[in-house]
Amino acid sequence: MRAAIKFLSAGYAAAIYAFIFLPVIVLVVFSLQSTAFPIPPFTGPSLRWYKAVLGDARLTSALANSLLVAALSSFIAAALGFLAAWGFARFTLPGSALLRGLITLPLTVSYLIIGMGLLVLFNWAGLPKSLTAAGIGHVVINLPLCFAIIYSQMGDHQINIERAARDLGAREWQVLTMVTLPIMWPAIFASLFLSMTFSWDEFVISFLLTRFDTTLPVEIWNLLRSGLNPKTNAVGSMVFGVSVLLAIAFELILLRRKPA
Amino acid sequence: MDRALPWALVGPALLWTVAFFVLPFLAMGLLSLTSQDGGGLTFANYAQFFTDPSYYRALTNSLEVTALVTVISILLAYPFAWILAEQVPERWQRLALLLAVLPFWTSYVVRSYSWLLVLAEQGVINDALTGVGLVAEPVQLANTRTATIIGFVHFFVMLLTLTIFASLKQLSPSYRKAAADLGASPLRVFVHVILPLTLPGIMVGAFLTFVLAIGDYITPQILGGNNELLMPQLIMMQIGRRGDFPLASALSLILMAVVTVAYIACARWLKIERA
Repeated sequence: MRAAIKFLSAGYAAAIYAFIFLPVIVLVVFSLQSTAFPIPPFTGPSLRWYKAVLGDARLTSALANSLLVAALSSFIAAALGFLAAWGFARFTLPGSALLRGLITLPLTVSYLIIGMGLLVLFNWAGLPKSLTAAGIGHVVINLPLCFAIIYSQMGDHQINIERAARDLGAREWQVLTMVTLPIMWPAIFASLFLSMTFSWDEFVISFLLTRFDTTLPVEIWNLLRSGLNPKTNAVGSMVFGVSVLLAIAFELILLRRKPA
Repeated sequence: MDRALPWALVGPALLWTVAFFVLPFLAMGLLSLTSQDGGGLTFANYAQFFTDPSYYRALTNSLEVTALVTVISILLAYPFAWILAEQVPERWQRLALLLAVLPFWTSYVVRSYSWLLVLAEQGVINDALTGVGLVAEPVQLANTRTATIIGFVHFFVMLLTLTIFASLKQLSPSYRKAAADLGASPLRVFVHVILPLTLPGIMVGAFLTFVLAIGDYITPQILGGNNELLMPQLIMMQIGRRGDFPLASALSLILMAVVTVAYIACARWLKIERA
């Protein structure tokens, strides 16, 4: 009985792993294709399509745009989220629960609808499509997340530490920079990291709100219109590689922080 | 203490939410009551959605696909999460879990494209099937509802494995021991102890799956094609091809209402509270 369960478990887990990794493996293998179609038979290995990606000015500038939008929008989202979390956790505000609900509300709305709303609003206001517009949208989707993560980590013992700091003569900004920020750093880091990944990967808001200068997912989407193409495999594999490195780095940093 | 300080702290986040979330909503609401052809306020866009089958079919398609995806993903992910939590030795669990969600980090667009490579007419699966001689002609897999569902399930199995694994790990082993000591068979322990205790985790995962799947444009557009439209595809089509913003706004709000109903149904599992 025991052995049978072990055997079935191993088989089932192997099948799920295979399902999970199948598309990724196909993506990476056929990015090394030397001919023009990423379908069997495999004709590589060749780095031809990676060279093509690096030589494509539109893809490389989209990559730079994506990094810029991800960095700026997640910084703004984490900063606003942190300040709001601090305010709500430390002070009793009238209608606090309602206001907190308002800040977290965008979490329950599809990106498509948030993007549509901004498109309608910016259209009315006469604002042109731009990377800034997409960045504003990314803050809208990430702010509730940052707020929820940081707010959930603000416990009562931290209030006491802050009180002690004030009693010892620290000014409000000193409490913030020398006590609260260091204590809350893991939560802030986690929310920054998550925001960056979401912004980096976000498609539909950028698609709706940018025009010529756009982000990497939208540029990859444009590539897709030409059908199956090993160049798409190559750029996809590169994005995957970067994301995996980031995920591993995140895991290692979190693991190191565990004992604290 | 300065009275303005708390508002200075929470103000920026509130203002941002009002300006770029609430206001767009109101704008969409107002616009949805106008017509592209001008004229006064009208419910024509909503009427069109509820009377024209080619429109409301998109919503029923979306609901069917999302429900199927949610159920299949839970059924696949639960045993997998259980194996990771119970059968894999403790020191390997983190690695096993990290591996299981690694493709989660691929870009969304790229992930759907990868499945297209696998499912295409000359793709890997058809190549294998015809190579073995199982089928004579390639099977149509891409541009079908099945392809959309496969693409979705792939993503949500990973997400649900994470949430279910977390709730399984939070269970104290003493519950199971106590039930077993009182004479319950392994099956009864599972049905009466483990399953009810992990239900909140499942519900959170199911809700996330529902919300993310029903609002997604990429997966159905790349894998399902235009044979059968889902709600997000219908919305994008209004702005892309026809430039009909009022109708697109109305459709967005209808989709939003459906998600809100799901949210209310799951609300008791979804509380965000301070630790």
